[in-house]
Order: sequence, then C-alpha cells, then structure tokens
Amino acid sequence: MKLWNRWMCICRRRSPWLFHMNSGSCNGCDIELVASLTPRYDAEQLGVRLEGSPRHADILCITGPVTRNSVHAIETVYGQVCGPKAVVAIGSCPATTNVFIDSRTLDGPLDRHIPVDVFVPGCPPRPDAIIQGIAKAAEILAERGTNPPPPEPVPEADPDSEEEEL
Amino acid sequence: MNLTTALARLLIFPGLLFAVPAAWFFLWVERKAVARMQGRIGPPFMQPLFDFFKLLGKTTPTRTGVGGLLMRAWPLIAVSAAAGAVGLLPVLPSSGGFEGDLILLLALLELPSMCIIAAGFSSRSIFGEIGSAREAVLSVSYNVVFLLAIVSIAASQHTFRLEALAQLPPSFLRYLGVAAILVCLPAKLHLNPFSLPNAEQEIYSGPMVEYAGPELAMWELSHGLEWVAATGLVATLIAPPMTLWWLGAALFVALSFAIVLLLSVLAAATARLQIDTTVRFYWQCTLIFAVLAISSALFMRLRS
Repeated sequence: MKLWNRWMCICRRRSPWLFHMNSGSCNGCDIELVASLTPRYDAEQLGVRLEGSPRHADILCITGPVTRNSVHAIETVYGQVCGPKAVVAIGSCPATTNVFIDSRTLDGPLDRHIPVDVFVPGCPPRPDAIIQGIAKAAEILAERGTNPPPPEPVPEADPDSEEEEL
Repeated sequence: MNLTTALARLLIFPGLLFAVPAAWFFLWVERKAVARMQGRIGPPFMQPLFDFFKLLGKTTPTRTGVGGLLMRAWPLIAVSAAAGAVGLLPVLPSSGGFEGDLILLLALLELPSMCIIAAGFSSRSIFGEIGSAREAVLSVSYNVVFLLAIVSIAASQHTFRLEALAQLPPSFLRYLGVAAILVCLPAKLHLNPFSLPNAEQEIYSGPMVEYAGPELAMWELSHGLEWVAATGLVATLIAPPMTLWWLGAALFVALSFAIVLLLSVLAAATARLQIDTTVRFYWQCTLIFAVLAISSALFMRLRS
C-alpha cells in the first residue's frame, strides 16, 4: 500500500494537466502561459498538457483580477475540477488585483473565492516563473493526493446561487 | 488452435500483455514525434503511464440514473472491443480452430468509435453532442472508403479469413487497398487533419468533455489500443509471410512503429480541416480510388 502511494505520488507530480481560465485578465498572462508551452520553454517535458475541459485537469491556472462577472464562473469551474486539485494564480492581478485595486467592477483578489496554492507574481510573469509555479503546484498536488486532504475551505458563495442562475 | 494457444494469443501476444504497453508506447511516440517536429523535446518516455495512473487516482463526478450508468459503461466497452481487435490480429501462425475473421475484426475496430458517439450524446453536454455529431459524420465518410478497400483486398484473395489473407503473397491490388486504408487511418484515430471530433480549441475535446478520472483513463487506453489494432491491421497486410514466428512478430512490431511514426509526422505537419472539407475529401477524392480498387478486384475475380 505504501509502495502504491509513492507510485501514485510520482504519477501525480509528473503529469499535471492544466485548465486555463481568464477572470478578466488583460491577456498578457494568458499569452505568457501559452508561451510556456512553446518550443523555447516546452513545459511538456514536465508532463504538462493544456486541457480543454476542467474535468480533465489537475491544476487550475487563473489569470486576471477577478471581475464581478467572473466570480460565479470561477466557483463553478473550480467545482468541476476533480480532486486532488491545485490552483495557480498567474500574474499580480489575482494575487492583489494589481493596478485595478479599488475598482468597483472587481471582486478580487482570487483567494477570497477559492483556495489558491501557488501565486506567480509578475505583470506578466515570465514563462520560466509560470513553469516553476506549475511544478510547485504539482508537488503540492501529489502531496495532497497521498495524504488525506485537509478540509476544503468552502467558497463564500451562497448555496442556492446555482438555482438563481438556472 | 486449441484453447491454450487461443488464450495465450488473446492475453499475451498480440493480446493484452503486449497490447497495453504497446498502446502506451505508441501514445508516447505520437506525442514525442509531434514535439520533435515542432522543435521541442517532448514528454518523457513514461509519460502515458504516469497519465494513466494519475487519472486512475482521481475522483469522478457523481453520476446518477441510466445516463450515468451508460457513461460509465461506454469507455469499458470501447477498451474491451479495442483489446479484442488487437487479440484477433493474425501475427502468429495458428493451426486450425478459430482463425481471425476480417468481419469480426472490422466490427471490433468500429465499436470504439460507436462508443465515442454514444458517450458524447449521453454526457448531455452541448460540446459533447457537437463532437459526437462530427464523429458520426466523419465515420460515415471514411468508413465507406475503409470498408471498400478491405473488401477489395478480400475479394482479390477470395477469402474473408484474416489468417489466410496474411499468409497469401502480396499483390499490387493489396497495396492499393493498403494505401486507401492508410488514408483513412488519421480519421479513424482522430489525428490532425481530421481531428474534428476531439478538437480541444473549438469544442473542448468533444465527446470526452464530461469524462474525468478513471473513465478518462479508460478512454486514453482505448485510444492507444485503437492505435495498436489499426496499425497492426496494416502491418499484417503488408508484412510478407514469415516462416520463423519470432521474425514475424518482430516485423509486425517494426512495421506498426513505422506506421505510427508516419501518421504522427503527418499530424504534426497539418492543421485541422473543417468538417465539410473533410467530408468532401473522403467522398470526392478518395472514394474514386476505393471504387477503382474494388471494381478491379471483382474484374480480376471474374477473369480467373
């Protein structure tokens, strides 16, 4: 059983699949995230794959300062990612809301809504930094998968928000 | 062929024990070849294995009702059909008993694609439904050519038994048929010029959109097994009959590998076509050759 756990830990660490989500970003960080998959940086060496569906993903990469419109979408997508999962906040915007601070159209920073594991600061961060952040998140993810997960902080959304949407 | 050899073929070579590692290896070759073509280094050798076990360790969303049950069943049916198709390939010579039948092999090869269509519709996601519709259209297009090519090979050799087909000396017509099958393989394996059903950027990987965890792992495995079965079919058709069984097996593996490499390079070198362009390609451009192949096969048969 112990051997199996260690094997699963290795597998989780070496195969992080990403889902990229934009929460009102200026597109700078999004371009850098894509750049980290290009031939110069080649994140696929670490087993990274950019997935189309949050259901397939292990790591949720979120860019942008979290606008009011995107809060519900972020919570939905975070719920759709199957566990064990990790969240990487890419850029200064999700960490601090950056230059948009005090804007009335924002509801950031990101960690008010979902638990964030790794912050990659920068405006935009370099692809090297993003890859390092993803690798770190993959380690956290592997650890979380092996050990019983901590009680998940429930996002502050009201429970019947989904019914409102419908 | 008695029961032991039949079981050995189904479970060891070219069955499960060979097919599953070969599936992972071919998935790696595909990704690595695409990476090398793009000037990247690409994933490590064990990557498909890591992906598979990681997916096994993930949770799945709760599924209820008949729809949920079906969604769980489709990937399993696809995996068993693809594994059965690999087990049927006449790589090793057998003596009497059940010999691989071409029609059964074709049915087993077609079943994973049927499962994908059904899975997309039972996921009830709009993207899944679009992907399934595309897969259905694609399957109607390439299957006409694929089946005509195989029927022309069988008609020219007067047999539907795979074993006998693989043992007969190859003819010009057989190579024509194999070329037609090769044209259909990218569509069958959802590779790049025809990767419409699982387009990541447009429809969020289509029919697979709602799958997660172990179910997705089974889809990946069935895709890998489809690789082994489809390339293996072509390999058995072009390989000359060998007297030594291990030489035949080695040639089979080498030929499959070469075809995987060829298809991956094609996938890396091309962009995704639109659905109408794809359908037009198969119905207008390749159908002529398939019809030519089958008519010449029938003509040859009438003359002989």
